[in-house]
Amino acid sequence: MAKVPVQFTLNGSEKAEFIDSGTTLLNALRDKIGDTSPKGGCHQGTCGACSVIIDGELRLSCLTLAETCNGAAITTTSGLSEGGVLHPVQRAFLDTFATQCGFCTPGTIMAAKVLLDHTPNPSRDEVVEALSGNICRCTGYESIIQAVLLAARANSQNAA
Amino acid sequence: MELRKNYFADMRKDDLHEIGQPRPRSDSPGHVTGKTAFFADRNFPGMLHLKMVRSPHHHARIRSIDTSEAEKHPGVVKVLTARDVPHNVYTILILIQIGPEDETVLADGKVRWKGEAVVAVLAETERAAQEAAAKVKVDYEVLPAVFDMEEALKPGAPLVNEYHGQNYYLYDSGECRKVRFGDVEAGFAGADCVLEQSYQSSPIEHAPTETTGCVVAPEGNDRFTCYTNTQAMFFTLDNASIILQMPGNKLHFVGGTVGGGFGGKVDVIVEPIAILGAKLTGRPVSFIYSREEEMQISSPRAAEKVVIKDGVMKDGRIVARKVTGYTDAGAYSRHSPYGAQKGAGHYPGPYTIPNVWIDTYCVYTNRTPSSAMRGFGVTIGDFALEVQMDKLARLIGMDPLEFRFINAYRDGDMKAHRQPTEGAALIECMQEASRAANWPVAEKYMAMSSYAKGA
Repeated sequence: MAKVPVQFTLNGSEKAEFIDSGTTLLNALRDKIGDTSPKGGCHQGTCGACSVIIDGELRLSCLTLAETCNGAAITTTSGLSEGGVLHPVQRAFLDTFATQCGFCTPGTIMAAKVLLDHTPNPSRDEVVEALSGNICRCTGYESIIQAVLLAARANSQNAA
Repeated sequence: MELRKNYFADMRKDDLHEIGQPRPRSDSPGHVTGKTAFFADRNFPGMLHLKMVRSPHHHARIRSIDTSEAEKHPGVVKVLTARDVPHNVYTILILIQIGPEDETVLADGKVRWKGEAVVAVLAETERAAQEAAAKVKVDYEVLPAVFDMEEALKPGAPLVNEYHGQNYYLYDSGECRKVRFGDVEAGFAGADCVLEQSYQSSPIEHAPTETTGCVVAPEGNDRFTCYTNTQAMFFTLDNASIILQMPGNKLHFVGGTVGGGFGGKVDVIVEPIAILGAKLTGRPVSFIYSREEEMQISSPRAAEKVVIKDGVMKDGRIVARKVTGYTDAGAYSRHSPYGAQKGAGHYPGPYTIPNVWIDTYCVYTNRTPSSAMRGFGVTIGDFALEVQMDKLARLIGMDPLEFRFINAYRDGDMKAHRQPTEGAALIECMQEASRAANWPVAEKYMAMSSYAKGA
């Protein structure tokens, strides 16, 4: 099968690959580049486990063709912590026990980060809405909602 | 919520250092940084993808299987049928002497539920495996199917599973698990009121976010590493050893990281066939359920039917309870004979009743095989029992919580299956629940104790 070149930045690093046309970004990241932090839970855009950030927007990598990402800046949960220091959202997920099995966590953290990037002080309703595309079968969501609200408070204290 | 500490004060140790203190989970830092390695995060050069050809029928005889077109499909490396599996007929609980072996790894001559695995296709890509699976031709003779437990138990019903010979699991106690305690008919005869109700539930899918699967890599020395999300590592290892007729030291299982299980990953379904594929091709093999397979193929919680007949006195005492429980195993046993048996031990609930009669049946139908899920065998039973308790309280005009105090088991009471009650603490739990929920009960119930009968 003819290969297609793709080139983008992943968590700030330049990446270039030849892929089969039609390869999803999820499979390109996991199988070609080796970033397995986005997870494949449904491969049909319903569970949110594959969520990544493309040019600042939350996207489902299982429904995004890798070849449409040329020149994009892609962020995944594996790239959030800097120098071993956790991002405030990651820290908050630990502090509120917002992970159990952990499978939905990387995607959910992406959704939380995009929310806080756009809306630094969200209401509870805004948090619930922002997380509505991420299915978690373990926690019952409340601890995740608390994590996002906690991260927002931590951010605003740091900014003050 | 502040809980009182006067309960069992003489038995308590209050110098505990861990209880009540939050402790970081050891696995969470991996989860929030995306570093936790789930089985599907293992990738090996040259890995093959396994896709299953599945039965479109609920019950059918297989006249013939033609894999020739599938084998010619570009990218296909191996096609497996029943004759490739060394020990094709198995049952998980044979490890604890609960037989007979009643399930096929790959269907042999017959399919007993819609979705049953018939042929395994291994190919260079998932897509090639899927396309080739669609080219396998299976000639079926459709047979009458049965989907309702009571229909399945009637004479003349289609026989679901020949390894059992009848549509129920044959316990050493006969066609069902039985508990007999006192004289239940005398109890009904002497009761002020008798209430019989039936309760039923549908199968429930666990729907974990991570689907069932495994990745197998040959180690190059006749040993195979199987990365799996099983919840039952040693059941899976030992059953794989039986199915593959390979000593356990040739099988290296790596797991423990499970992306949601809830009981849905205790069956031994994906690992043996993936290891066999790796053995016969010499290449790594990935077998991962699609979301559709997870929802349609993986074992759900069993459908259950529970019929409860109670004799109750107007003063609140339950004097007789008869329970007939039906667990829908689907086409194969998996963990259901154990689940149905657990139900027998669990009834008549946490209540002391002098006359009890329990029958629990594990029934075979042409539905998706059911298995473990969070308290299987007792969860649906508890729903039925507690709804029944509310109905009984209403029937005799009594507060439902006070009604439970009157019947609650206490230390020293003999349970229906003849285990004496120890460490019950039910009275104290209800007293605390009464306070916490602001559902007051009469003072005499607040003065009760699990230790002492009387009052």
